[in-house]
Amino acid sequence: MSQAILPPLAGDGAAQNTPGPDGARLATARRRASAPLTVAISALIVLVVIVCAVLHGVINPWAMEQDTQLGSVGIGVWGHALGTDQLGRDVLALLGAGALSAVAGPVVVAAGSLVIGLLLGGVAGYRGGLVDGVVSRYADLVLALPAILLAIVVAGVLGGGYWVTVLVLVVLFSPSDVRLVRGAVMEQMSRPYIESARVLGLSGPRILFRHVVPNVMPVMLANALLNVSFALVAISSLSFLGMGAAVGTADWGLQLADGRALLGSNPLASIAPGVAIVATATSVNLLGHWLADRFEKKAVAR
Amino acid sequence: MSTTAVKAPGTKVAASISWFVARRLLATMLLLVVLSFLIFSLLYLAPGDIAKNLLGTKTVTPEALAAVREQYHLDDPFLVQYWRWLSGVIGGDWGTSIRSGLPVADEIASRAGLTVRLIVLGFLIAAVVSIPAGVWAARRRGTWVDRTLVSGAVVGVSAPGFAVGLLLLFVFAVTLRWFPVYGTGEGFWGQLWHLTLPAIALAVGLGALVVQLTRAAVVRELEQDYVTFQRSRGLSEARVMGTVLRNAAIPIVTSLGLMVTYLVGGTILVEVVFGLPGLGTQLQQAVLFKDVPVVQALTLIVGLVVCLISLAVDLIYLVIDPRILRKAVAK
Repeated sequence: MSQAILPPLAGDGAAQNTPGPDGARLATARRRASAPLTVAISALIVLVVIVCAVLHGVINPWAMEQDTQLGSVGIGVWGHALGTDQLGRDVLALLGAGALSAVAGPVVVAAGSLVIGLLLGGVAGYRGGLVDGVVSRYADLVLALPAILLAIVVAGVLGGGYWVTVLVLVVLFSPSDVRLVRGAVMEQMSRPYIESARVLGLSGPRILFRHVVPNVMPVMLANALLNVSFALVAISSLSFLGMGAAVGTADWGLQLADGRALLGSNPLASIAPGVAIVATATSVNLLGHWLADRFEKKAVAR
Repeated sequence: MSTTAVKAPGTKVAASISWFVARRLLATMLLLVVLSFLIFSLLYLAPGDIAKNLLGTKTVTPEALAAVREQYHLDDPFLVQYWRWLSGVIGGDWGTSIRSGLPVADEIASRAGLTVRLIVLGFLIAAVVSIPAGVWAARRRGTWVDRTLVSGAVVGVSAPGFAVGLLLLFVFAVTLRWFPVYGTGEGFWGQLWHLTLPAIALAVGLGALVVQLTRAAVVRELEQDYVTFQRSRGLSEARVMGTVLRNAAIPIVTSLGLMVTYLVGGTILVEVVFGLPGLGTQLQQAVLFKDVPVVQALTLIVGLVVCLISLAVDLIYLVIDPRILRKAVAK
């Protein structure tokens, strides 16, 4: 999914660097005026979600607790700001507890895919030749498969729940990272510092991981943020379909699926987790784009 | 853009094209083989005893298990089983559903119509709204129009189909009562009526993707020298945009494969949230019930469609962009 969004936007970003010092300064000035507000709001939303995820241990027992009165309650009832769901659980508390599953899985997917990307893509880009051929064909193959379908089928048939889903997504997300790292490393290979490191007699792995990889990291970190956002959408989709988080755990996709039956009596039981997914995914996505833009600016300025 | 650059004799070019096409066909075949192998392995990936899984809800007796082992040739080597399954699938024998006991092919055929209608409608809505929106954003680059559309597209890409569908369902069906909450409707207009909200839910994510692709493609073209040149020659803006759009169409058309992949996931989510009895809900239920023959058949069909479309896109690419032909020939 990520490679789907990246190429046009990357090209677009490069195109915005209008030639000439005046153009560049103007562009930065405009950005400075417009970017911070959306970025600040996004950062705030992400911060709230992370705090909820960290406080999971505090929120969760309270969220899973059922009110004495079984059945849903609409909003405005004392003590239940967003009402309760069909099991009498407080919707707001469940939303807070679900933050853990919205943070942990996507972060693991992005980190795992980044590590695989750095290892395979780095070696492929550095060594070239046969290694590159094999790694590239592997990436082509996985990217050509319909990813979401495979995730649903494999995670569903394995029936392993949340972490199996996360693992399947790592496998499906990593090829685009492999490709990105490979391209970025190959671009670095023609630079003089590689030559001088070789002349100094440094070993291949040392040049790659101590000198090339740090130069590639900024782009990859921005990309990892985008991956977090796509992974959140994918994981909550799978949970919604009943192939991710186990029944009885706090998860936004699951909460939305459960709350659907209450669309007439307490619509917030399903709309609130839906809004939470969209807001969090959008915020992380915007932060990723913002970072990518900034790193690109810096690279151009150098 | 000019065609004069292909200077090689006609036969050599033709040979190179057929070599390119042959290589692409070969790659597609290979991909399908890998996919079919993965799909067949699902039977073995599912936890538990295969014979028991295949029995489904029927009572488990040693005789029944033996019968199932016999029926599915479970005692043969893995590759022999794979080959038997594959030749059966190619010959039109898709097996029987564990859950219903009916032939898989019949079950799929009875549900395919709804899914095809949903996808076509969603695709049309996305194309009609997003392509003009993307062009508009590109022409007004840097203004509030552009920023609004681009931010909207980021929200759209980050919004899973089920969340959008649920919101639409609540606003337009439950609260405003403009559209029905459940069901598929009778007759052409009734069906269209029932499919409108699901199709819009499907179109939101796809449309956001198309807005991003279109905007990027048009922005790239607008920066080309030929645009400056045409403008300095005093050509009308309409004519300038004519050439720009024709060139920008190439990357948009070739992203069709990407859009189809997106639609596959989106359709499943939208059908489930609206409770539509299409292939998407069928896949979800088959996966949850571990009805492996149905899952295998559906996955193979979707995989085949995705592979064929990406093959078709590559071939269309050759036709609409002569530069690619030259590059492919040069390889």
